Amino acid sequence: MNDTRVLDTSTGIPNGKLGMWVFLASEVMLFGGFISSYVILRTGSPYFSIPPREMLGVPLATLNTFVLITSSVTMVLALDAVQKGSVKGLVRYLSATLFLAFCFLGIKAYEYHHKWLEGITLTSGLFGSFYYTLTALHALHVIGGIVFISYLLAMALKGRYDSREHARVEYAGLYWHFVDLVWVVLFPIFYLL
Amino acid sequence: MTAAVHREESFIGKWIFSRDHKVIGLQYMFTSLVFLLIGFSLILLIRWQLAYPGRPIPFIGDLLPDSLAPGGIMMPDFYNSLGAMHGTIMIFLGIVPLGVGAFGNYFLPLQIGAKDMAFPTLNMSSYWVYFVGGVLMLSSFVLPGGAARAGWTSYVPLSVISSGQTTWLLAMTFLITSSLLGAINFIVTTLNLRAPGLTWSRLPLFVWAQFVTGLILLFAFPVLQAGAVLQLLDRVAQTSFYMPQGLIISGELSQRGGGGNALLWQHLFWFLAHPEVYVLLLPPMGIVAEILANGTRKPIFGYKEVAGSFCFIAVLSFMVWAHHMFVSGLKTSLSYLFMTTTMTISIPSIAILTCYLLSLRNASIRYTVPMLFTLAFLPMFGIGGLTGLPLGFTPTDVYLHDTYYVIGHFHYVVVTGTLIALFGGIYYWFPKMFGRSMNMFWGKVHFWGTIVLMNLIFFPMFIQGLAGVQRRLYDPTVQLHNLTVQPTNVLMSYASWGLLLFQVPFIVNFFWSIFKGARSEENPWQATTLEWACPSPPLPHVNFEKVPTVHRGPYEYSVPGREADFWPQNEEN
Amino acid sequence: MNPAQSNYGWGLPVAASTYADKIDRSLLILHAAMAAIFVLWAVYMAYCLVRYRKENSPKAVYSHKSTLASYTPDVLIFIFEVWLIFIVGVPIWAHIREELPAPEDATVIRVVAEQFAWLAHYPGPDGKFGRMAPSLVDYAIPLGLDPQDPDAGDDVASVNEIRVPLGRPVLVTLTARDVIHSFFVPEFRTKQDAVPGMENSIWFEPVMAGRFEIGCAQLCGLGHYRMRGDIFVLPEDEYAAWMAGEQAGRRP
Repeated sequence: MNDTRVLDTSTGIPNGKLGMWVFLASEVMLFGGFISSYVILRTGSPYFSIPPREMLGVPLATLNTFVLITSSVTMVLALDAVQKGSVKGLVRYLSATLFLAFCFLGIKAYEYHHKWLEGITLTSGLFGSFYYTLTALHALHVIGGIVFISYLLAMALKGRYDSREHARVEYAGLYWHFVDLVWVVLFPIFYLL
Repeated sequence: MTAAVHREESFIGKWIFSRDHKVIGLQYMFTSLVFLLIGFSLILLIRWQLAYPGRPIPFIGDLLPDSLAPGGIMMPDFYNSLGAMHGTIMIFLGIVPLGVGAFGNYFLPLQIGAKDMAFPTLNMSSYWVYFVGGVLMLSSFVLPGGAARAGWTSYVPLSVISSGQTTWLLAMTFLITSSLLGAINFIVTTLNLRAPGLTWSRLPLFVWAQFVTGLILLFAFPVLQAGAVLQLLDRVAQTSFYMPQGLIISGELSQRGGGGNALLWQHLFWFLAHPEVYVLLLPPMGIVAEILANGTRKPIFGYKEVAGSFCFIAVLSFMVWAHHMFVSGLKTSLSYLFMTTTMTISIPSIAILTCYLLSLRNASIRYTVPMLFTLAFLPMFGIGGLTGLPLGFTPTDVYLHDTYYVIGHFHYVVVTGTLIALFGGIYYWFPKMFGRSMNMFWGKVHFWGTIVLMNLIFFPMFIQGLAGVQRRLYDPTVQLHNLTVQPTNVLMSYASWGLLLFQVPFIVNFFWSIFKGARSEENPWQATTLEWACPSPPLPHVNFEKVPTVHRGPYEYSVPGREADFWPQNEEN
Repeated sequence: MNPAQSNYGWGLPVAASTYADKIDRSLLILHAAMAAIFVLWAVYMAYCLVRYRKENSPKAVYSHKSTLASYTPDVLIFIFEVWLIFIVGVPIWAHIREELPAPEDATVIRVVAEQFAWLAHYPGPDGKFGRMAPSLVDYAIPLGLDPQDPDAGDDVASVNEIRVPLGRPVLVTLTARDVIHSFFVPEFRTKQDAVPGMENSIWFEPVMAGRFEIGCAQLCGLGHYRMRGDIFVLPEDEYAAWMAGEQAGRRP
């Protein structure tokens, strides 16, 4: 969708951008529902046992957090590149973002496997139940982002974007930063506290 | 601007997978009316059991399988399923899709002078996701395990250990998704696609209502989705989000890990379900404003107050949810808080009703069929709203909670309130949708029969509630305190079967008029809002021959110095 | 004809506890206000429907003004509600929910709700509840009382029947075993959900002897409708005789 019709909307904001913000508001409520349930049970239930720190794999998760944050940076660079007219830059940084997203998922998969063998499973206790549910929900959103960004990459390679027409890159960026932000909340509440 | 280039559309592209908001609105309308009828028929079955507990159901009893009604006598589990599904179907498959999906989709773009919604493809998907969710929900009756039976409220732990609940949770996911997609569309459309000159203070109150409703849906539904996922995991993966330690079910100690909290579900559920009732209420209140201004030939009294009250209700609706939990074991300090916020939310509701009533003063009232329904809404919603007061007030709620008083309260609001207003909307907007009018004689028959019988069904519920009759009782006569008022059940049941009969003229009238109704002009009600400034029905995909420009407010009726008693919003001068 | 039938009629059941008439008074105040508001609205509306019908009022009066008078209903109702909540409501709610009698002054009972019966557990003369363990629950010992525990020796258990003496408040600790139930005694105006994993304490003080019905007020499964019990309020001496009889029988 092109953003040449900015002046056509009553607010001046393109439909797609407004739509993405509105969608992200609902996502905040979705993750908020899960996260507040976790906080309530973790602080309120006498039967909520928290695994010892060593079992959580904090160093690896910290690396993973860094990976995801970097992917947000590359996403910003991708948008910046196409705004300045560089399709090559767009392609390069979209690819980097995708690569980092896959790294994130890969590390996550390793984490899941390792934790499961160590005894933290979906039913081993409330910590495990919430950990897998929430991080899996987040991972699903990462996969959604990967799909969206792959589509953008394909379009970029076909030459569909230039300095004037690149609205969806911006919307994907908004989504991707949100996904990153959710992880920045999940990481401390599961690994650090 | 000329009409869009005429592309040959296939039948499928034009009527099945259409992206035109008007076609989608009609799809929602037909589908939701069918679901409403289905949901209605479930309660008609229940009403037999309530009037004559343990007696075989005539005619239908023989058709029901032995697992549900051996010898034609309803089983308690089947009764509970009928009750749970009645509530679920009426709210999520019936009223919301009709009020928001049908009327909102069809008339929001028209009233703001737009060609379509902001995201037509998203709109189309939102209908089909609803459709799939609806079919899945209904199919639970024939799937192994049967239909849900833990109430539309699905309280844990009962809902985790009962059958039929998994399908309910999955179907709800579809329905929630559909609503969220729709909400995004409504919000962006109202913000962005208003015609030139259509400022916020010139918006019809119907648009205000739909916009605010979209915001409520957007912020409330995801929380229920989160709660539903946790319940689903408790059911299929043996997690214990909601399941406390040491449950003993049918004499056997549960092997689950435990540690969960049963009240957590109630919080997550009611966080949505309370705002949801304003989703049920606001669009019909918007419809009432439209018809009232038109039928009284004067601007709605207190436009700003009404619009402001819509917004105030929406915000407050997120702060009252635990009034459903006063006796649940909730901390006492929280119940003081929620009692206060709950009583507060009655203020904007009273403000709206007062403004609508004051709109009758110095009016010139036309008693058309839409006006009959609209005028009936006012006292009926009055009863519904007023009976909420003893429920929001904690000391009296202790006695009335989970009794028939609650059922009477919400049916007055949703049936004699919302549904009556929606009927009014159908008669009012039928000419715009189909270019023909419905038969008004049968409209009057439908109106009078419906309103009288609805009152006969729901008013005795307050009597039952004050006597202490609990909700969801398969056979109320087992409990001594219910015996004296049991005859009211017989009255209510006959009234409900009579109510079904009075819907026949409506159903016949509706379908017959689509094909054979008297042809109607572009603006048969001489109304001012933009949906009447386009052909009947509006042009496919573009609606208006020319994009309208708005010069004045939505209810400029009987303006002094003008010959006609209505001044359309888009008219030059 | 069931003797308890006389407690019930077309209106509220007999008010049989100390706070029942407080609640009834609130119900009356509220319904009086509701009726007054409705009648005022209805009369006004009926007047308008006749006076301003098209035949009587061919031209409507165009106005965008909202008079101050139009805010009157809201202001009046707001004042009424503030009074109702803070002067009437909060004290009653505090009284019912927070002013629990001291265990020494009350008859203390534990009630465990299950699908589909009310199990009552009395601590007996020693005032101490015996240990219960979920693993000991079976048909013969519905409460799962540990026969080895010395405190359990004088405990009394009953199903669907609760006996209390007249003249003392009753302190009930409610819980449930499987799903959420709700302990509802219409004549006492008492209601509290019995939630698995929670121990909710409530109290009531009967003002008359007799038989009062316990109903379940939260859907709990297919037997929800038949989950009823009785509370027998006995004069003090009859209650003492009953408890002595239970001790002699020594059923855990």
